[in-house]
Amino acid sequence: MMEYTSLSLVIWLPVVFGVSLLILGKHVAAGTIRVLALVGAMLGLFVALPLWVNFDNLQPGFQFAEYHPWIDAFSINYHLGIDGISLLLILLNCVTTLIVVIAGWEVIRDRVPQYFASFLILSGIMNGVFCALDVALFYVFFEATLIPMFIIVGVWGGPNRVYAAVKFFLYTLAGSLLTLVAIIYLYQVSGGSFSLAQFYETPIRYDAQVLIFLAFFAAFAVKIPMWPVHTWLPDAHVEAPTGGSVVLAAVMLKLGGYGFIRLALPIVPDAARELAPWIIALSLIAVVYIGFVALVQKDMKKLIAYSSISHMGFVTLGIFIFNVQGMQGAIIQMISHGFISGALFLCVGILYDRLHSRQIADYGGVVNRMPIFASFFLLFAMANSGLPGTSGFVGEFLVIMGAAEVNIWFAVAAATTLILGASYTLWMYKRVVFGEVGNDKVAKLSDVNARETLLLIGLAAAVLWMGVYPKPFTDVLTQAVITSLDWASQTKI
Amino acid sequence: MMKFYILSAFSPLIGAIIAGLFGKVVGRRGAHAVTIIGVLVAFLSSLYVFSDVLNGNSFDGTLYTWSAVGETVFEVGFLIDELSALMMLVVTGVSLMVHIYTIGYMADDPGYQRFFSYISLFTFSMMMLVMSNNFLQLFFGWEAVGLVSYLLIGFWFKKPTAIYANLKAFLVNRVGDFGFLLGIALILAFTGTLNYGEVFNQSSELASRSIFQISGLEWSLITVVCICLFVGAMGKSAQFPLHVWLPDSMEGPTPISALIHAATMVTAGIFMVARMSPLFELSEVALSFVMVIGAITALFMGLLGLVQNDIKRVVAYSTLSQLGYMTVALGASAYSAAIFHLMTHAFFKALLFLAAGSVIIGMHHEQDMRYMGGLRKAMPITWIVSLIGSLALIGFPFLSGFYSKDSIIEAVHLSALPGSSFAYFAVTAGVFITALYSFRMYFLVFEGKFRGNTAHGHSHEPHESPFVVWGPLVILAIFSVISGAIAIQPILFGDFFEDVIFVLPQHDVLGVLSEEFHGWIAMAVHGVQTLPFWLAMFGILVAWYLFLFRPRAEASSGVLRVVHKILEEKYFLDRFNEWFFAGGVRSIGQILWKFGDARLIDGIFVNGSAALVNRISHVVRLFQSGYVYHYAFVMILGVFGLVSLWLFII
Repeated sequence: MMEYTSLSLVIWLPVVFGVSLLILGKHVAAGTIRVLALVGAMLGLFVALPLWVNFDNLQPGFQFAEYHPWIDAFSINYHLGIDGISLLLILLNCVTTLIVVIAGWEVIRDRVPQYFASFLILSGIMNGVFCALDVALFYVFFEATLIPMFIIVGVWGGPNRVYAAVKFFLYTLAGSLLTLVAIIYLYQVSGGSFSLAQFYETPIRYDAQVLIFLAFFAAFAVKIPMWPVHTWLPDAHVEAPTGGSVVLAAVMLKLGGYGFIRLALPIVPDAARELAPWIIALSLIAVVYIGFVALVQKDMKKLIAYSSISHMGFVTLGIFIFNVQGMQGAIIQMISHGFISGALFLCVGILYDRLHSRQIADYGGVVNRMPIFASFFLLFAMANSGLPGTSGFVGEFLVIMGAAEVNIWFAVAAATTLILGASYTLWMYKRVVFGEVGNDKVAKLSDVNARETLLLIGLAAAVLWMGVYPKPFTDVLTQAVITSLDWASQTKI
Repeated sequence: MMKFYILSAFSPLIGAIIAGLFGKVVGRRGAHAVTIIGVLVAFLSSLYVFSDVLNGNSFDGTLYTWSAVGETVFEVGFLIDELSALMMLVVTGVSLMVHIYTIGYMADDPGYQRFFSYISLFTFSMMMLVMSNNFLQLFFGWEAVGLVSYLLIGFWFKKPTAIYANLKAFLVNRVGDFGFLLGIALILAFTGTLNYGEVFNQSSELASRSIFQISGLEWSLITVVCICLFVGAMGKSAQFPLHVWLPDSMEGPTPISALIHAATMVTAGIFMVARMSPLFELSEVALSFVMVIGAITALFMGLLGLVQNDIKRVVAYSTLSQLGYMTVALGASAYSAAIFHLMTHAFFKALLFLAAGSVIIGMHHEQDMRYMGGLRKAMPITWIVSLIGSLALIGFPFLSGFYSKDSIIEAVHLSALPGSSFAYFAVTAGVFITALYSFRMYFLVFEGKFRGNTAHGHSHEPHESPFVVWGPLVILAIFSVISGAIAIQPILFGDFFEDVIFVLPQHDVLGVLSEEFHGWIAMAVHGVQTLPFWLAMFGILVAWYLFLFRPRAEASSGVLRVVHKILEEKYFLDRFNEWFFAGGVRSIGQILWKFGDARLIDGIFVNGSAALVNRISHVVRLFQSGYVYHYAFVMILGVFGLVSLWLFII
């Protein structure tokens, strides 16, 4: 079984399960739907694991390639393949899908089939983004992710869900439409191809490179999101259901970082290098500015959302300092942030399910009633503050080390997260968890049940594993990072 | 030997995991048994490692590869030499005493298992810190002990003061770590490795580079690196102005005040600088900086101890002041003297803290010294060991503190670096202050009349503590007496640290001192004839006069009242930090959020562009009214315009 690998299966199996749920929805009881969704998510992870087992860490280039002509008229091909970066993101995606399915188990009572279907389909589509080696295919998958997430926020969200869903949709769509223009231009100059490999080789004039870079930037900077195009994220997170927040933070933001590495850097390397100081500046602003903003949030989800933006600043910083440590750190940061922010949103969701409030002021002294929960929450809060021994440290550490090699002041600005990140996370933790029981509602809280504990244990294990022994992760990435940096250092004018 | 190294470090971790995760299963007895066995095993194997090191076997090797990124390999490994072996002994030894003591001190606490789990976890983290052979693992241990400190200060999580104090401790330490991590980043960027030995081999190259210019001054790389690293030490070892967290950390249970906030964790910074002696030696600017910061801490923090009424806070300020002494010694290149004082201080300060804890138990959890007095009769053992601890602290000849402190004072006297004369003044004046606050505490607690029942409404009589509490006190008292006399010859003037600590010949103040050293008896006899001894005696005398012979409630004259106020307010530093940093940061956050995010980005750009589209479409919509005569009218206007344009051009 472990011998067999297929990227198509990784993409389409969850989609097929999702569509089946939609079809079966009216005829089957909600309980069966949940079980089917769980089976789908588990199979999704099960077919992705062989990729890791059979992945050759030492081989540069893309592995497990699949190639079928799709639309001959425009020479668009169904071309798939992964390197280490894609591999880790696919695994993260599959794990996250499993987590949100379990997390939504008894919480979601409204439109159950549609809810689980959206997540399964979204999972398959995002795997598609990470596998696509044809830029048209990439774009189709990239845009398609918007639809399920739009539905998740818009249907199962909070009171202000429509505003948040529309803002999310338009914000990100506006960015990616420019990318479409850039891709069509690239199709022209590359002599009628959408092949990523072809784009990597195609020489492009410098001024055209700048425009293409800006077009890519518009899509990916909004997605990740970078300051100052980040304001959709807090709204989307606050209104999204817990599962939506988890997937959004854990996987969807990473499409932006992945896009920068896979498309922007290799296709327009000269422009990327030339404009890097600007991106670095924006990243550092994100780290510092957003750190301050996160500190004064009164809503837990908003606070974690802002913290995500600040952490994504490390990703863009790491990518655009063009050294191995930086980029390695950026990718590790993406994976680690997937686990940590997912876990934090889950923790807030666990509290929300019981008390129906996200306001910090409505809590206080939670530890008195939920000691097990408080321990897990503390672990994830510490990981979010970048404590060594947790995954949160690895990415930040590598990026700061890489930044110091380029310019010590970059490292100085980035390292402020040590203080700011700890401040906003632990201050929130103190107000929510520590102290005497805050009010009558807190007094009635019950500790996490078996289902929730299972989720938290899984995430805690991932966070600690990556922190104590990150070598398996960095080893997978090494070749991909070196290759990406090689592409990024070429001159194509 | 590797298995003994692993045993020393990891057996406390196993204890911590069992007591922490399976506390309910193993029960209270199981929890303390398993953690004490873990620490005992660590202590015994540390002893074995120590004897092995004494036989000349040191070790520098890798445990496992943490990660490999590009050319750089990050590893977890051990460097076992005289310095780490000594620290291992101190850490596990004091930890063992504290573990045993805790059985008595925390007997009634509902969080019993949790507490044992934390202190064992601390022991593991501290061991990883001192045994490390690279900067990455050092930082791991550094942050891990910070985490446990956070957990333990906030152990009583219902107390508002405790959860304020633990957040403060963690954040102030993070300020230090900010510098520390940058120092590490610079080292990695310029040497390409984080392994101590490999970095030290390149230290002269680091010294020859300059990194940047600020206001015309060229900063050499090694100075910047050393100061960055020392900023980390300032956080962890509570040096001015990052000392503010340590007094508040007394909100935690007393055993951890002894273990973490006196004997071991707070000395991590001292240990680190001594470990980095090959780097610090090459930067006189950094050494001067270290010395001045240490001198400020030694003198001014001691003064604050004079006005505290909480017995634990007096000992806390005393700890700050003694850490200042160690730091001064580092600045004077007397690294061995700093480590020596670290060791003796670990014994007598752990003793003083645990004795204070014993007093607190005896007083039924009363910590205010104003309601104590005359406890020598009720608590004879605690009284004797406290007297021994206090005498050791003030540097009474033949006791351990005398040897270490006197060496520091002499070393600073010989130092020629800028700032050394101030430092000499500070450490000498500090002797008087130390004696004054120590014996103020001693007289208030143990001598005079018992003031508890009448003043405070307590009906309980004070009583002596159980054996598990006074047993460790006696052992620590013995070491507080003898450790100085035993260890001074090898540590300071012998070749114990010869291969570990590097001192440039022109900085070698201890080398000069060793010529005047003729054994521990001669040194003590000579000590009686020197200024520090008489300053200490004078301090005791003043304390006796002010607090026992003629106790007065408050300072009377105006000037004294002002001084008293300043000291009570801790030089207004806490208020300033609260207002400037905490308040300032929150205001900046509010401004950036409300103005930057909400009004500027969302208000003008995002929703503004939506509103703009909306407005334009409102206008454009007017043209599509659907009435034929509107369209006809516009057509006529167009024709008219075109015709007139045509006429004009012709």
